[in-house]
Amino acid sequence: MNIWTGLLAVVAAFLTVAMFAMADWDLPPVDNNQTGFRGTAMVQIGDIERLAEGVAANQVPEPPWELDTSGPRASEVYENVPVLGHLSSDQFDRLMAAITEWVSPEEGCAYCHNEENLASDDVYTKGVARRMLQMTWDINTNWTDHVAQTGVTCYTCHRGHPVPQNVWYKEEEPGPTGGWAGYTAGQNTVSVGLTSMHTDPFTALLGDYGEIRVEGLDALPSDHVVSIQDTERSYALMIHMSEALGVNCTFCHNTRAVQEWAQSTPQRMTAWHGIEMVRALNIEHLDPLQPVFPPSRLGPLGDVAKTYCTTCHQGVQKPLNGDSMLGDFPSLSAAPP
Amino acid sequence: MAMLSFERKYRVRGGTLIGGDMFDFWVGPFYVGFFGVTTVFFAALGTVLIIYGASQGPTWNLWQINIAPPDLKYGLGPAPMMEGGIWQIVTICAIGSFVSWALREVEICRKLGIGYHVPIAFSAAILAYVTLVVIRPLLLGAWGHGFPYGIYSHLDWVSNVGYQHLHFMYNPAHMIAVTFFFTTTLALSLHGALVLSAVNPAEGEKVKTPEYEDTFFRDTIGYSIGTLGIHRLGLLLAINAGVWSAICIVISGPFWNRSWPEWWDWWLRLPIWF
Repeated sequence: MNIWTGLLAVVAAFLTVAMFAMADWDLPPVDNNQTGFRGTAMVQIGDIERLAEGVAANQVPEPPWELDTSGPRASEVYENVPVLGHLSSDQFDRLMAAITEWVSPEEGCAYCHNEENLASDDVYTKGVARRMLQMTWDINTNWTDHVAQTGVTCYTCHRGHPVPQNVWYKEEEPGPTGGWAGYTAGQNTVSVGLTSMHTDPFTALLGDYGEIRVEGLDALPSDHVVSIQDTERSYALMIHMSEALGVNCTFCHNTRAVQEWAQSTPQRMTAWHGIEMVRALNIEHLDPLQPVFPPSRLGPLGDVAKTYCTTCHQGVQKPLNGDSMLGDFPSLSAAPP
Repeated sequence: MAMLSFERKYRVRGGTLIGGDMFDFWVGPFYVGFFGVTTVFFAALGTVLIIYGASQGPTWNLWQINIAPPDLKYGLGPAPMMEGGIWQIVTICAIGSFVSWALREVEICRKLGIGYHVPIAFSAAILAYVTLVVIRPLLLGAWGHGFPYGIYSHLDWVSNVGYQHLHFMYNPAHMIAVTFFFTTTLALSLHGALVLSAVNPAEGEKVKTPEYEDTFFRDTIGYSIGTLGIHRLGLLLAINAGVWSAICIVISGPFWNRSWPEWWDWWLRLPIWF
């Protein structure tokens, strides 16, 4: 055996050990959930321990104190409360305490307020927070096809962080690799869900109204022409959705005909409204905040942090396991009449 | 089918695994044996059940007949006949007939005093089937994880199982299995073409010996595996194709239930990257 054979054997042994030891394998038993006719493999198979971790990591926090909607209005007690002035001052204080807990538990009130004068709009984050409250109302009022009566609160996305941890920015496409591979069309690097598909499916499909449906419906030959890049961009978006919810493709699609609504599960309808919602939120609420943010809060191409499915879902099928916080915070369910 | 003059010499008694002399005879060209009887029994029963199942279904269209496994709720227990019970019995019949056929091959090998290469090779195919309909469902906890018996329906099942892992081509064992399948066909086509080229010389020339065959590949790629070697290689490639397909499906679900692209995280987490 010459030295090269030996070296090759060592490398092969190292990689074999690595893939057995370092990949995050699961062991039976597994969690099973059948969603279609028997034998169609419309099934969700899940890692029991991971599912339990998901449930544990997505618990709703306790409200700060009992809700009291009586007493004088916030607008009578405080200055400069244009969006929340209709709440009782106790309810207003309670919401402020909760938001501090949800969004800036370490930074405290000063994250949004000038502590010398709480009414002042000096700190840019206060303006952002106001816009976010309006966005929350918009979601809970106009997007019930996606969020149902569960709705969302600041905590659904923020989870104790001033900037939600799961957001996206526009990215520069990876440049040519050099060598004969040349232009990569945004592919062949580690991207969404560790695939080598499109590195940025979001700008076109969630930051804009790009066409997600790429499948041809006619038998070949047909006039339906879609590039591989566009196709894989849609596929990458689907992989993102799957990772965000911790589900596989058959959660929504019967893959024998992924485009067919009649063969899809009802969840696909909810997901469709989710895509439309995310687009609207990014375009109507988040993009307009671009001039408000300091450069340090913007992405490499100068755009604001934007939402996608993971922003709320964070690995579980229903954000916060489907527990609604609106019962504790009715002030977040709709704008004042 | 008349027996060829020299064939009688190979039709020797004995070598049976079970049943002694009872089924040790031939029907026309076919050796019977105990396992020939069980093969016919299981194959006939299974076929009749499939036809019965089809008669209770919505269609006689050959492409669309579907004998589906039970719902997952029946777990590893028996299901009612019309809700997957037929599938369960057909599965037993299929395994019964496949294994009988392999054991009948063993008996013939014993009669002839040859090695067990053929039944071993066939066992790789049986293993792949048993993995799909028995081992993997056992590990996942329900017979409902088996694939349905139907031309279109089993393809739909394959599609959905693939998409349960988002992108099945990232399954490392699937990569290996597919590579073995393709390499098997490559080796067989090279071998077949080479033999035919040697026995079909130009007009007026003699049939060529294996030395010519060896020289062809030595001239072409610098190496000839040889007349015996190509058959060893073929067996190795084909058995590996079956075994690695069994591995690629048995790890999908019981041991890895997320997306296959995600599995490659181990590569990114190797301590060799800086």
